[in-house]
Formats: sequence, C-alpha cells, structure tokens
Amino acid sequence: MTIGNPMMYVGAVGLIMIGLFTVLSKRNLIKIIVGLTLLDTGVNVLLIAIGYIHNRTAPIVTRTYTDPTKMVDPIPQALVLTAIVIGLGVTALALALAIRVYGHYKTLDTRKIRGLKW
Amino acid sequence: MRAFVSFSVLALIVVGLALSLSHIPFGNSTANTDRMHVAKYYLNNGVKDTGAPNLVTAVVLDYRALDTLGEVTVLFIASLGLGIFLSWPKKEGSEDDDKRGLPPASLIVRRGSQFLFPLILLFGGYIFLHGHLTPGGGFQGGSVIASAFLLMFLGNTGYRLRQKTLAVTESLAGITFVIIGLIGLGVGGYFLNNFLPKGSVFALFSAGVIPILYAAIGLKVGAELAGIVANMFGSGSEG
Repeated sequence: MTIGNPMMYVGAVGLIMIGLFTVLSKRNLIKIIVGLTLLDTGVNVLLIAIGYIHNRTAPIVTRTYTDPTKMVDPIPQALVLTAIVIGLGVTALALALAIRVYGHYKTLDTRKIRGLKW
Repeated sequence: MRAFVSFSVLALIVVGLALSLSHIPFGNSTANTDRMHVAKYYLNNGVKDTGAPNLVTAVVLDYRALDTLGEVTVLFIASLGLGIFLSWPKKEGSEDDDKRGLPPASLIVRRGSQFLFPLILLFGGYIFLHGHLTPGGGFQGGSVIASAFLLMFLGNTGYRLRQKTLAVTESLAGITFVIIGLIGLGVGGYFLNNFLPKGSVFALFSAGVIPILYAAIGLKVGAELAGIVANMFGSGSEG
C-alpha cells in the first residue's frame, strides 16, 4: 500500500465530503443544490486526478508533440467532459424545481415543506 | 442527531474512499500505465483511426460517439424539464416578468455588452469548430455562446430571446447529429461511423464527420443553455 503524493485525492475527497455534508445537514434547498454542485465538482476532480500520470501532458497531438507515451489517459477526461455537462443540467433542473417549490410553499426550508421531512 | 448521522455516514465514506484510493497511487507512472489497456490503444492509434489530434475528442466523438448522443439527450431533457417547470401557468397577475421595476442599465454597460456579444459568439464558434485540433469542443463552445446570451440578459433590461428560433436551432442540430449517425450506419455498417475522408491531420477540415458533429453539438448546447438562461430570467417570449 504505497501512497504517493495524495494531496489531489485529499482535495477531491474533501470537496466531495463538504458537498455531501451540505446535502445531508442543511435545510435550505438552495444550499442543498450548492452542496450537489460541490459534490459534482469533487467527483470530477477525483476522476481527473486518478487519470493523471507524472511527467505526462494533455492527450493532444501537435506537430512537435507526437509521443503517445508522454500523454495521460484520455478516457477519464472524456468521462468528466460528460459529467460536467450532465451536472450542469442537473443543477439547472434542481434550481427550476426550487423556484417552483418556493412559488408553491413560499419557503425554501425543507422542514416547513410538507412531505419532505427527514 | 442529524449532524451525528451525517458525520458517521461521511466517516464511513471517507474510510472507504481512502482504502480504495490507496491502491491507486497518484500519478504513479508504472502502476497507472499498466492499467491503461484501452487508453493505450487510443493513444497509439487515435490519430490514425479518427484523424483528430485531440484524443479526448477522438474518444468523445468517434470511439464513444453514441454515449455523446446520450449525453446530449440528457442535457436536452434537463432543459426541456426546466422549461416545463418554469412555464407552468402562473397565478393571475401574480408577477409580471417584464415589469419588475428594474431600471435600465447604464449606457456603458448596455453598449459594452452589445459590443462584446458578437465577439463572444465568434469565440464560441472558434472553440467548437477547432474541437478536433485544440482543447475545447462542442460543449465548451456551446457554453461560451450561452454566456454571451447571459451577458445580454444581464446588461440589457427587458432583453428577450425568441424561443422559436432557439427551438429550431436545437432541433436542427439534434437532427443533424442523428442523420449523420444514420448515414454512417448505411455507409459503414455501424451507427455514427466516421464515413467522410479523414483529410490531412491538423487541417481545419479533417477528421471526417467530427467537425460537423461538434458544430451540431455546439449549436445545440448553446441553444439549450441560452434557453435555460432565458427561462431562468423568465423573459422567454412565446412567439
């Protein structure tokens, strides 16, 4: 069990934990959505960090830079590209729902919204 | 109680993640390179197979183009759902979106945003047209285009977007994506086959269908995100 330089992992897991804690413990819908975005960002950073390899750069071939053994794994980057877009869609939809909830209940507090008790 | 339960859940997840991540040393070249089975193929043959020097684009729009179609669909459904949620009939005279009493922005803000608007659109177009050559692509370019519309909404009180134009752009771009996929199915035997000639690497018109697909994605994402912004501002006109 070797642990190289885990700072990227610590940062990513820290973001995930902050987001998850916000989602679990806050009662304001907007704060919960902010927590979801943090969670999303943390997962993206974690995926990119897993794909990173020392002394390698972005998987983009140029005229002077053609050595495939000097490039990082392109698959996590493609996955994260997908995840960012879907995270954006989820956030937008969640905000729209929050707007409708506020319009109906006149509050964003989950304790005061009937049927959303934890 | 609630905080205690949250912290215990978090502690469990932290321990689990730490245990699994300790087997993936960060940036370790030998261990990680040995694990890259598929990626090695992409890195070695990507440019030859797809003609796209940006290998992330090669993965997104050639090897895994079907997944990208699904992703575009997810974004479409999200924007559709947002439109449906926000356009439910409001109560009579509860809030008139046009007359929220916002004063018009100052001359500098208005003219500045109008001056920057076409330049940002141009930059977005540049990003998605060069998606197969440089960092960037349809999603990033589309987001830049939507940010231009956001700037217009912020800088010009009462700015409106024609939802019909957005819908037409979005639908045409989506149909283009699917039709190119179907042509690939007819010509090459599988959906989203890269049937056009690859051209010379590093040229703008190279990599077969990838620039066309990325242009379609860029327009579609731009239209969808601009529609989301318009709905959030509550000023999308019906006509």
